Amino acid sequence: MSSWEDEDSAAASAAATTDVELLKRAWRNEKAAPEILHFDSALVSRAREQIQLLEETLDDFTDNGVDDLVVSLYQMDLDRTLFLLRSYLRLRLQKIEKYMAHIANSEDLLSRLSQQEQRFAKSCKEIMEKHLEQSVLSKLPYGYDSVTRQSLSSTEDDMVPEPQLDTFVFCKTKSDVGAFQLDDVGEEVVDLVADDLYVLRYKSIKGLVEAGRIDLI
Amino acid sequence: MAGQSDPHLSLFSPSEVEFVAEDEIVEIVPNIRMEALNMICGDFGPFFPQIPSKVPLWLAVALKRRGKCTIRAPEWMTVERLTQVLDAERESPREFQPLPFHYIEISKLLFDHARDDITDAYLVRSLIEDIRDVRFHKVETGLETISGRTHAVKLKNLSAMEVNIVRPFMVRTLQAFYKHDSPQMIQQADNTGSRSTPVTDRGPRRDLRRR
Repeated sequence: MSSWEDEDSAAASAAATTDVELLKRAWRNEKAAPEILHFDSALVSRAREQIQLLEETLDDFTDNGVDDLVVSLYQMDLDRTLFLLRSYLRLRLQKIEKYMAHIANSEDLLSRLSQQEQRFAKSCKEIMEKHLEQSVLSKLPYGYDSVTRQSLSSTEDDMVPEPQLDTFVFCKTKSDVGAFQLDDVGEEVVDLVADDLYVLRYKSIKGLVEAGRIDLI
Repeated sequence: MAGQSDPHLSLFSPSEVEFVAEDEIVEIVPNIRMEALNMICGDFGPFFPQIPSKVPLWLAVALKRRGKCTIRAPEWMTVERLTQVLDAERESPREFQPLPFHYIEISKLLFDHARDDITDAYLVRSLIEDIRDVRFHKVETGLETISGRTHAVKLKNLSAMEVNIVRPFMVRTLQAFYKHDSPQMIQQADNTGSRSTPVTDRGPRRDLRRR
């Protein structure tokens, strides 16, 4: 790892010290990105632990007759974290449902899912295929009965929904990225300085999102 | 769940944007004594009467609603500062003035729950509305300049709620231009133009590829 990467991650962790901040960032990026992003297992399990801990503390509070006000404030803190976590997990399930066939075909995409999500994607795909097979495909003539292809003459899977990576996203830079090339040819270059806000093609900044150098908003 | 039903165009519902804004830190002056709160989202307090303390906005609003504190309006939410911002906003037709990323949500929450803590609340409110209008007008004129050559749109200092409002239109416009101006399609147009036997019913600008 080169030195600027160290500096960057140090700056990033200083800017977002709590797991809630990190989870919020993951949630926002996941919401704004057209494709499924990498699942941060460590972060999610930390958040789960903290939620569980606070739930236990809250039980103790009510047993020990702690002030209602304090209890209700902690309850709000708990509810907010729970909302974030649930929304994040649901969001990912929605994406998996939408692109199950596409995800199942790619090792790279599958590796972004948690183990539970992988199981979900697999069974989701099996159930859907079985359903389509029984209700529609078995009644169609030979050559038109594939789940993934329109007909035998299709040279590739042309009925698999894929996320549109060409789409435009709003993003905000955390620190200076410098001159950044938007296309393969090098004709489109933007200078990304700290705290800039841009609308860019997701495909071109994908790497920056994955490296945590830019936030989708 | 309204914001989650259509993940493509309006990504965040207004209440989700507000949810994010509620984590912004504000200063309160408590009128009670309370021990430190060690929460998942951070540690706050301990609180003593009349001693200012910094807490997230949601916590401030919760205490305010129970009459346990007053909220200090942020520095930028004064008539003087906002007048400056409004003037500067009007003078530079192509730039947005730096304001907190969540200025719309923060001011709305404070107006809803802590109106009595804001000096000249009426004036402050109408200044913020004017600023919003001027800024939004800029966004709209900016949209007119989008063309097929637009690969990136710079919107430095645009706020969260403004982003959310303009997102569906902006994304759709850029995508439409991008699709119709892609080199592949233009090449296709050139080819059909120079070829002596043009393929009759294939309009050069029609996208026949699978999306």
